[in-house]
Amino acid sequence: MLLASLILVPFAGSLLAALMPENARNREAWLAFAVTACGLLVAGLLYPAVSAGKVLREEFAWLPSHGLNLMLRVDGLAWVFTMLVLSIGLLVVLYARYYMSPKDPVPRFFSFLLAFMGSMLGVVLSGNLVQLVVFWELTSLTSFLLIGYWHHRADARRGARMALTVTATGGLCLLAGVLVLGHIVGSYDLDEVLAAGERIRAHELYRVALVLIALGALTKSAQFPFHFWLPHAMAAPTPVSSYLHSATMVKAGVFLLVRLWPALAGTAEWNWIIGGAGVCTLLIGAFIAIFQHDLKGLLAYSTISHLGLITVLIGIGTPLAIVAAIFHILNHATFKASLFMTAGIIDHETGTRDLRVLRGLRHQLPVTTALAIVSSAAMAGVPLLNGFLSKEMFFAETALVGGDEHWWMSIAAVAMGMFSVAYSLRFISIFFGTPTVAFPREPHEPPRSMRFPVELLVVVCLMVGIMPNVSIGPILHLAVTATLGASTPEYDLAPWHALNLPLLMSVIALSGGVVLYVVLRRYFNLRQREQVPLIYRFNGAQAYESSMMFLTRSAQWLLHHLGTARLQPQLLMMMLAMLVIPPLLVGTPRVWTEIPLHEPDPLFAGIWVIGCACALAGAWMAKYHRLAALILIGGTGIVTAATFLWLSAPDLALTQLMVETVTTVLILLGLRWLPPRIEPKVLHLTIPRSVWMRRSRDMVVAVVGGLVMALLTYAVLVHPAPATIADFFLLRALSEGGGSNVVNVLLVDFRSFDTLGEITVLSVVALTVYALLRRFRPAADSASVPAQQRNTADPASRQAPAEQANRGYLLVAGIYLRMLLPFIGVIAAYFFMRGHNLPGGGFVAGLIFAVAILVQYMLAGTVWVESHLQLRPHRWLGFGLLLACATGLGAWAFGHPFLTNHTAHVDWPLLGELHLPSAFVFDLGVFAVVVGTTMLMLVALAHQSLRARRLPGDGAQDDGIADGRDI
Amino acid sequence: MEIVFAIAVGVTFGSGIWLILRPRTFQLITGLLLMSYAVNLFIFGMGRLWVDRPPITPNASIDPLQFADPLPQGLVLTAIVIGFATTALYLVMMIGARGLTGSDHVDGEEPRK
Repeated sequence: MLLASLILVPFAGSLLAALMPENARNREAWLAFAVTACGLLVAGLLYPAVSAGKVLREEFAWLPSHGLNLMLRVDGLAWVFTMLVLSIGLLVVLYARYYMSPKDPVPRFFSFLLAFMGSMLGVVLSGNLVQLVVFWELTSLTSFLLIGYWHHRADARRGARMALTVTATGGLCLLAGVLVLGHIVGSYDLDEVLAAGERIRAHELYRVALVLIALGALTKSAQFPFHFWLPHAMAAPTPVSSYLHSATMVKAGVFLLVRLWPALAGTAEWNWIIGGAGVCTLLIGAFIAIFQHDLKGLLAYSTISHLGLITVLIGIGTPLAIVAAIFHILNHATFKASLFMTAGIIDHETGTRDLRVLRGLRHQLPVTTALAIVSSAAMAGVPLLNGFLSKEMFFAETALVGGDEHWWMSIAAVAMGMFSVAYSLRFISIFFGTPTVAFPREPHEPPRSMRFPVELLVVVCLMVGIMPNVSIGPILHLAVTATLGASTPEYDLAPWHALNLPLLMSVIALSGGVVLYVVLRRYFNLRQREQVPLIYRFNGAQAYESSMMFLTRSAQWLLHHLGTARLQPQLLMMMLAMLVIPPLLVGTPRVWTEIPLHEPDPLFAGIWVIGCACALAGAWMAKYHRLAALILIGGTGIVTAATFLWLSAPDLALTQLMVETVTTVLILLGLRWLPPRIEPKVLHLTIPRSVWMRRSRDMVVAVVGGLVMALLTYAVLVHPAPATIADFFLLRALSEGGGSNVVNVLLVDFRSFDTLGEITVLSVVALTVYALLRRFRPAADSASVPAQQRNTADPASRQAPAEQANRGYLLVAGIYLRMLLPFIGVIAAYFFMRGHNLPGGGFVAGLIFAVAILVQYMLAGTVWVESHLQLRPHRWLGFGLLLACATGLGAWAFGHPFLTNHTAHVDWPLLGELHLPSAFVFDLGVFAVVVGTTMLMLVALAHQSLRARRLPGDGAQDDGIADGRDI
Repeated sequence: MEIVFAIAVGVTFGSGIWLILRPRTFQLITGLLLMSYAVNLFIFGMGRLWVDRPPITPNASIDPLQFADPLPQGLVLTAIVIGFATTALYLVMMIGARGLTGSDHVDGEEPRK
């Protein structure tokens, strides 16, 4: 768990940080500090084992059947990176405490920062490649969130989107590459992949894997041609730039390349792809950096160039080059993090980062000036500083590998060195001279604690630069041996070797850089120059924006030309697809009759003549005669119910019959809100041609659809049924489910989890209907009392519904139906009780009970029923769901799986032996939910008439139904 | 029997298709009702047709071949009830859209002439 805690603690801290109040700046910082310190402690504990050359592993089962396990693995390289992430993280947290303004929502900031830390540690510690990619994408995501932290700023949003698009796309390529790699090796385990280097390089898919993985690494490390996202990521708060976009996240790409060096490197493809990208990046980045006017922009391009340097070293791929690459990763992280923090301090103190404005800061910020000069010198590669050492190694490698044939490599290296001296000079120029324009704020030295991280990093730069063997030597050795293993070369970190070629190159770079800066400043107006000379046309960001614009435009074009918001064409397409695709898939069945068919029963045929006639007539009438159409379609429903009864499905017949009843009532209640549609008395004999075409087309689709459906049904019916699981249910319903009605046992026992889901859906739909109706506003022309009820010739129009039923013309029906209420209740109970053994059950009983209540509503009106009967459908819903869940959970209490049934036989006085399965209680829950659903929907709909009468037309005020009490 | 059943499913489904391609919301809801009958019957038919063989087992030692298939019946039973719920939801959408837009066209606006 020790390794897992390294990743889990930051994520837990992130969650905790998110829950703190807005203004808890100190508490947030303390939390983040504690989390990071805890990580450092754990990493420190690992040191003895790691320094002894051991590889620590922790494995957790994830998808063992697919050979995927969560695997954490620490070797020297991973340990060094862990320390880098955590120690820079600690300093950044400290710095951020003072950098962030009290007005910023800090919980979000620290939460994302800690989440990033966890993800980055996940990348570093993953022992499984797929898992590594998951964490890799998480770092892209947290980076996106942090760049967009000030989301009210357009540049932050733009930069965040650009960074996410580039790095996450790269991450997807990486995933593909990792899958190819896993396919070659046969495992995603890092150890096995690293051991299989020979096999991978010889495999025919090697190039595919290499290109895909390189795409992932190069996008992440902002390498040419994907470098453009990094400068735009500078819209993030400076602690983020210093942490993610210089010290850690952008190093993930080069880390991955170093990590996979044993598996992938050593071929010409590796040298050219990785090295080529690196050389371009290093020159372009360094050159553009000279001409930046934004302090952070300069540092961003310089970061790109230094990452390019590391990439070149990895691309060269000799063991010594890898040593130099790892060394430079560490050195760059130290001086660049401190430079970013310095830039943040200057921004914080003066209110601007514009190099054209900033001058003469050494007077107000003497200490910061000293610190910045030291770290810029490290960036420029001045002797006795850490940057010098790794740059010297870089020069040595290019001279050695390039030799006489590739002499341009040395030239490129020296040119990059010159450029970096020039932009470092540009950076420190802000401390000299005299200001010409007033700063937005009067600067003074920042708080001690804000400067402390910078001081510490500068001290590290000096220590590494002066006595590298003592300070960084052992740590570097750890990482190097873990990567290179047996091929670890002899290397010497001493600041002084001899008068040799690399030293000469350093001298040329330093002096050439100074000359270049002076020339640029004096003759090319460097200070005010707007464009980068020569290469300003090659704007990656512009290309990105244009391609995004092109994609958006194309999507709009497609949507406009191929999509529609209209329902009818969509339904037509669906119907056509349904008619064409399944027959194509099925083909014609081989044999048409294989089983003896039933003799057609004339009575059965007769009822279906009626059923089909009803369906066709309903389709015909639905336009002008809604009531008639509804009745006709109800007729088809009744025939369907009769069919179920005829064909040995009594439960279905009962349910269909009851649902038919409530559906009809439901739609009747809705009809009132539709606009009147009167059939024209005079027929328009000239139907427009387009209308005629459309109708013919729909008719053809309908006829063909019906035919296909009929043929399909017939084809199925004449084939013998394959062996299904039906036998299982039939044989076990009585012996194990304790009921002889197999359908009911199926619903409440064997497949009760489905039923639980179904009653949940019912409740959700009922509540949705209720919620939608609360916001219902009728159209103006249907808000008033309907004409039928205003007919003065009808004496009933002057009576309320309750009066009609109690004294008026509904008196007989009223007495009759009220007397019927207890009988229907008993019938419902009867169907419920016998459900387990004979047709019936919770669904049917619930519907019958709901109809019993509904009849009362229809008779005497909403007001009268609700003044006499307190029915709370919400509670029925809640009670029913609770009961069903409690039955399921009850099984847990006895150590059985969820929803296991138990049957008890209880002897009751008078009643005799009663068969009482726990499914009975479950069925009671179903009953309650069905009653609640039906009542809630129908009653809510019925109430609309009352509301509409109370507030005709505008409907501005809220209403009685809103408090839910009058239902 | 089979032929009648198949024709019944076909006619009901065809009427449903015609209705759901119409422009008015009420026609759509009736079309969906008819289609749900047809689809329920179709799924029910997957267990083949059985006359006088309801899946009610008198005792534990029975021959399963003598009973109708209970599985499609169980599925259709839940489908009927869910169908009722979705009809209610659609109805509320229908009258709500009519209240909001003033039109009972399925697109919420009268077609342009």
